[in-house]
Amino acid sequence: MVRLPYLTALTTLFSYGILFVFGHLRDFFRKIFDWSKSNNLQGYAPICLGYEDFYTRRLYLRIQDCFGRPISSAPDSWFDVVERYSNDNNKTLHRTEKTTKCLNLGSYNYLGFAAADEYCTPRVIESLKQYSVSTCSTRVDGGTTKLHTELEELVARFVGKPAAVLFGMGYVTNSAIIPALIGKGGLIISDSLNHNSIVNGARGSGATVRVFQHNNAPHLEEVLREQIAHGQPRTHRPWKKIIVIIEGIYSMEGELCKLPEIIAVCKKYKVYTYLDEAHSIGAVGQTGRGVCELLGVDTADIDIMMGTFTKSFGSCGGYIAASKEIIQHLKRTCPAHLYATSMSPPAVQQVISAMKVILGEDGTNRGAKKLAQIRENSNFFRSELQKMGFEVLGDNDSPIMPIMLYNPAKIPAFSRECLHQNVAIVTVAFPATPLLLARARICISAAHSREDLIKALEVISKVGDLVGIKYFPVEPVKPNKVKHLKKIE
Amino acid sequence: MASGLMDVIANALNLITSAFDAPTGAIIFGVPIDGHLMLEALLVMVIVFQLTKKSHKPPKKPLTEKEIDELCDEWVPEPLTSDSTEETMIKPPTLESAAGPHVIVDGKDVVNFASANYLGLVGNKDVIDSCVGSLEKYGVGSCGPRTFYGTMDVHLDCEARIAKFIGMPDCALYSYGFCTIFSVIPAFSKKGDIIVADEGVHWAVQNGLDLSRSTVFYFKHNDMKSLEAILEKITSRIKEPEKVRRYIVVEAIYQNSGQIAPLNEMVRLKEKHKFRIILDESHSFGVLGNSGRGLAEYCGVPNEKIDIITAGMGNALATDGGLCTGSVGVVNHQRLMSSAYLFTASLPPYLASAAIGALEYLEANPSVLTKLRANIAFLLKELSDVSGLATVGHPLSPIIFLKLKKSTGSNKTDMHLLDSITNQVLKEHSVLIVTTKRSSLDKCPLPLGLRLFVSASHSESDLVKAAASLKKVAAVAFS
Repeated sequence: MVRLPYLTALTTLFSYGILFVFGHLRDFFRKIFDWSKSNNLQGYAPICLGYEDFYTRRLYLRIQDCFGRPISSAPDSWFDVVERYSNDNNKTLHRTEKTTKCLNLGSYNYLGFAAADEYCTPRVIESLKQYSVSTCSTRVDGGTTKLHTELEELVARFVGKPAAVLFGMGYVTNSAIIPALIGKGGLIISDSLNHNSIVNGARGSGATVRVFQHNNAPHLEEVLREQIAHGQPRTHRPWKKIIVIIEGIYSMEGELCKLPEIIAVCKKYKVYTYLDEAHSIGAVGQTGRGVCELLGVDTADIDIMMGTFTKSFGSCGGYIAASKEIIQHLKRTCPAHLYATSMSPPAVQQVISAMKVILGEDGTNRGAKKLAQIRENSNFFRSELQKMGFEVLGDNDSPIMPIMLYNPAKIPAFSRECLHQNVAIVTVAFPATPLLLARARICISAAHSREDLIKALEVISKVGDLVGIKYFPVEPVKPNKVKHLKKIE
Repeated sequence: MASGLMDVIANALNLITSAFDAPTGAIIFGVPIDGHLMLEALLVMVIVFQLTKKSHKPPKKPLTEKEIDELCDEWVPEPLTSDSTEETMIKPPTLESAAGPHVIVDGKDVVNFASANYLGLVGNKDVIDSCVGSLEKYGVGSCGPRTFYGTMDVHLDCEARIAKFIGMPDCALYSYGFCTIFSVIPAFSKKGDIIVADEGVHWAVQNGLDLSRSTVFYFKHNDMKSLEAILEKITSRIKEPEKVRRYIVVEAIYQNSGQIAPLNEMVRLKEKHKFRIILDESHSFGVLGNSGRGLAEYCGVPNEKIDIITAGMGNALATDGGLCTGSVGVVNHQRLMSSAYLFTASLPPYLASAAIGALEYLEANPSVLTKLRANIAFLLKELSDVSGLATVGHPLSPIIFLKLKKSTGSNKTDMHLLDSITNQVLKEHSVLIVTTKRSSLDKCPLPLGLRLFVSASHSESDLVKAAASLKKVAAVAFS
């Protein structure tokens, strides 16, 4: 849970208040000055009506240089950030030719497969020469290659389910699968902090959607009991089916989901479960098999497991793993399988090679070393940050750690100052997080060495002091006791 | 005894009648008030009391915990998926080489009409070399969304190149062609806005229309009269036209029928009724027009008249990803409001370099378009006399659509017949053609049929072989 000091809440609200007032004042003057200019819309309605883009124009554009920074190398542990300049106060940004080498704390590169890898890249280039860039066809027409069938079997084996199906993009996987599984007359209960793709898929399916409090299994039980007892709204007919959708690691909080409790509740009430392991597959667990392995849940208890290849495997695409019947049903009805271009063969090969490395089937123990490295790195980094007095969210073993900033002015200050010192940090604000809870999000990778992490800690500590975000300073250990013990020895 | 009782009753009656008849002595407004008036006043009061009293409702009792437990135990959910038999399984062919004009399936060399490889760029050496360079420099994936260090210089170069090619000020690059349109429509059209769409649009567009929550009207497939009628109806009913955004959503080449949208007529209608056009050019980008710029160039319409153009790059450009161009305002709006742009990892850099390579090839060799058109015309001529099947679709569409001359009555039996034809063509003649597949979620009412995707790299012998084998198999199937 986020601890928000009272004074900080007040100052944050005050800052946003000032920003809104200034924004409205500027809008007011803009309206007066533009009165004389002819309206060149000529009867069309404008693209943005009213205050839809107020936040964008008056708040986001001021700090636009903190987002969308282009890079010109692979997103490895160190990368080259392209410098940009602006002539009109951040409204438009222009690239330059200069780059700065920075430490990468923002990319989803959990196991270090982002850059060219000694095992994966030669095989990827070979598959590129054999199968070319794209098949230009859907999976059901002429877009299934031997690589696709091989990867589906490998994914099913890796995740621990009988069968799997691939899709070219993780976002599309959620948006197109959920409508194929449930429709009108069904109920979807999703965690309040679920990702946008799940929300879109749930909306597009036509089923009724209800939300339960984040990671709160007793509240889920309460919602389930109420919904099953009352049935569909207005007609009170019983629900056709109920699906509960949760994520493995929530990317804005860094928290693991309370999987055993939630699965117990779902089994008791005979509802189906859908687990989105976009961030956790390959990154957590003893052998990288995700939250199920980490929290000791049998994969047979979860009906549908979804994941993406973008984060831990350094490729693109998504998969669904479930029982054979469900996968066959999806292959017949899911629009993303029937209408969308199949995954690019080199990307498929990258996932196959990365999985083989993780499983140790490439003949080395690099996979096990990477997994141990990321666990060690995450735990070390998190404990050090907490010792320094930052408000860090997330559970142990999770490679994502958000540092709370709260104040809107601290977002650009933290981001720009860190970039000055050659550390690239990602800052997140509204609308991806609640208005008062802006944060800087750090993603640790197995490619970071201990020296990289220590440098990052130094820089973050210095900038944290400058910006003033060490909200919960820890009492320093008194040195006298230690001297006393040494004397006795 | 009896007489005593009678006396009492008679006395009581006397008393009551005298009370009724006795004047009360009150004179109000010149009217003497008598006893019976009192009774009538009492009756009126009783009536008023009954009218104002609420009717009896049974008290609401919430369910007890025990009752909820029972209901939860009794409830039986449907199975997650319906049963599927072996016959309904689609078993696509597994390719063992690149999806060019010839491909290896099950060890045999097969002529490939299933890939939308219109310009023949699959297997192009220059494109593959630039991809190899990209892979060595950037790795495969981009590991981050566009706002969080997922923007690489390749992406920005690709966007600038595409914008220059089409002739628009800017372009936004999406990581998958399929999700481009269903993310663009909800970004521009919300609840309360009006969209008029063709009834034959594909599923991604239908999903975008659902997600936008706008009011949607469908017009008959490619029928401009139907479109005009609907536009007139809408314009006459709008109360505040300056506040309601209105869009027409069409595809340039419809992948469900092979028709081409008449853009000139549509632009005239749009300007008359003040609608904006969203045009999906997935199958026409790099195909139509003298230099491949798409439907606008083919129809001679200046780019400014089309508001939003989207395209998937998985067809002519032989790569993956999507693009969306328009005016500067349109593209900037998307970069902050389009969900598939913001909340997902960016396009893998090697696919962006492949797109740049494809555009350079197209600009350097515009003759490939004439070759494509010649191939299409040749194949259409050869297929004009297949028994049982008729070619529908525009003569310039690279998707050749053959529908059944006479449907068997149900979609299922139609599919069976078409599947058996394609299976035979593949097994006996080594030509790969495909049927239209329809998902159960798809609302498109257009008929099913066979599709052939023509490529500029098909040789004449390939086309002759395809037409001949289809004619042979169809003659047997429809005899």
